[in-house]
Amino acid sequence: MRVNVDTAACIGAGQCALVAPDVFDQDDDGIVMLLNAAPSEPEHAATRRAAALCPARVIVVDESE
Amino acid sequence: MTDRAGAGTLILGAGVAGVTTALNLRDDGYEDPVTLVGDEDRAPYSRPPLSKQLLSGRLNEDDIHLCRGDDLQLRDIRYLRGVSASTVDLVARRVLVGADWLSFEHLVIATGVSARRPAGTYPAGSIHTVRTVEDSRSLRAQLDRPGPVAVIGAGVLGLELAAGIRQLGHDVAVLGRSRHVRLGRTGEHLASLVESVLRENGVDLRLGCEPVGVATTGSVTGVMLADGSVVPATTVVAAVGSTPRVEALVGTDLDISDGVLCDEHGVAAPGVWAVGDVARWYDPDAGLARRVEHQATAIEQALAVARSIATGEPSPPIVPFHWTELFSQRIVVHGRLNADLPLTLLAGSLDDRRFVGATLHDGRPTGLVGWNMPREFRQERARFDDLAPAHR
Repeated sequence: MRVNVDTAACIGAGQCALVAPDVFDQDDDGIVMLLNAAPSEPEHAATRRAAALCPARVIVVDESE
Repeated sequence: MTDRAGAGTLILGAGVAGVTTALNLRDDGYEDPVTLVGDEDRAPYSRPPLSKQLLSGRLNEDDIHLCRGDDLQLRDIRYLRGVSASTVDLVARRVLVGADWLSFEHLVIATGVSARRPAGTYPAGSIHTVRTVEDSRSLRAQLDRPGPVAVIGAGVLGLELAAGIRQLGHDVAVLGRSRHVRLGRTGEHLASLVESVLRENGVDLRLGCEPVGVATTGSVTGVMLADGSVVPATTVVAAVGSTPRVEALVGTDLDISDGVLCDEHGVAAPGVWAVGDVARWYDPDAGLARRVEHQATAIEQALAVARSIATGEPSPPIVPFHWTELFSQRIVVHGRLNADLPLTLLAGSLDDRRFVGATLHDGRPTGLVGWNMPREFRQERARFDDLAPAHR
């Protein structure tokens, strides 16, 4: 699994950091910070959920890698 | 003809609720046919940018797709676009879409809402509403011309539109019937702060007034108020609420008095579900059923229903969450701020416009608000969710 975030379009709702705190964090303005672009298997479900819940839909999960 | 191969899950509506349901059915291992019906003849798209980034020009129409290219096809989701359901037959378990009857085992109603027109005298074409890509495009084209803008409605959408249009350089007046702005269900806790932010940024807030129609001399020149005055405007935008799209459900046994009534798991009838803006889920915490027109709730409901259909298990309760941004002020609300309880500060200060607050009942938060304080909000929210089973 490969994760990409578009920080320019992030609106800082913080859903991702709450749902998958090992993969996403927020900077002081609330903008997403990607902690791990290649999460391991146990984190996959939370990462998918974070992408689905992102209100600005800036998290892209590529399952092919 | 009746399309028997269509048994499986039929989803009416291809907005974020419908598309999220479809994709997550597959993520949850559902292998039966999934059909998604959307009345717009285009790839599914996200609506929040219509009143925000699409108006500001920061995003264009190609940037707001809900899924990439052939995602739906790759997940074996049949997408029927440019068509809508005209008749739903819950006895025969089939839906008339165009000229075809589609059978279903599970029906997911995700038809959304349409923008309500304000009561009064508004000739066709004299006001804008924002619900579709075409609406947004037409408003943006109008805003390319100079001239003052009036926004009718002082709820979240009206305020977001006003802020966005003000930032394009227009003079903007907000005309609201209520005495205060209404930011979702935050009661009046945030109203005065929100009003200050808007006024400081040059928005002319006119609250407690009653718009009755547009003034025209060939083209629109303003909005007439009940007291006889006219607010000058060359562009008028209305954001006065919405009407659930339930036309196809007339004649069924479903309660569609205000959207589709569901239990707390999204069940409207056996094998019939509703998600998103059109859905009125029972909220056990509030003791009543209500529609929640926030994208986060639409997504949560879609995840819950997809999981329920795929696994047969009822979903856990959903905690409402919504966010908005007004002139760079980022406001997030989790849970239910109780209008009858005082707002208790948990971090920061209102004067600094950086704070986390809560309404507390028996010492436990019913809801949290974060204002420009993302980290602290997240910490409080994690604590809130840990307490959740007790106070739900």
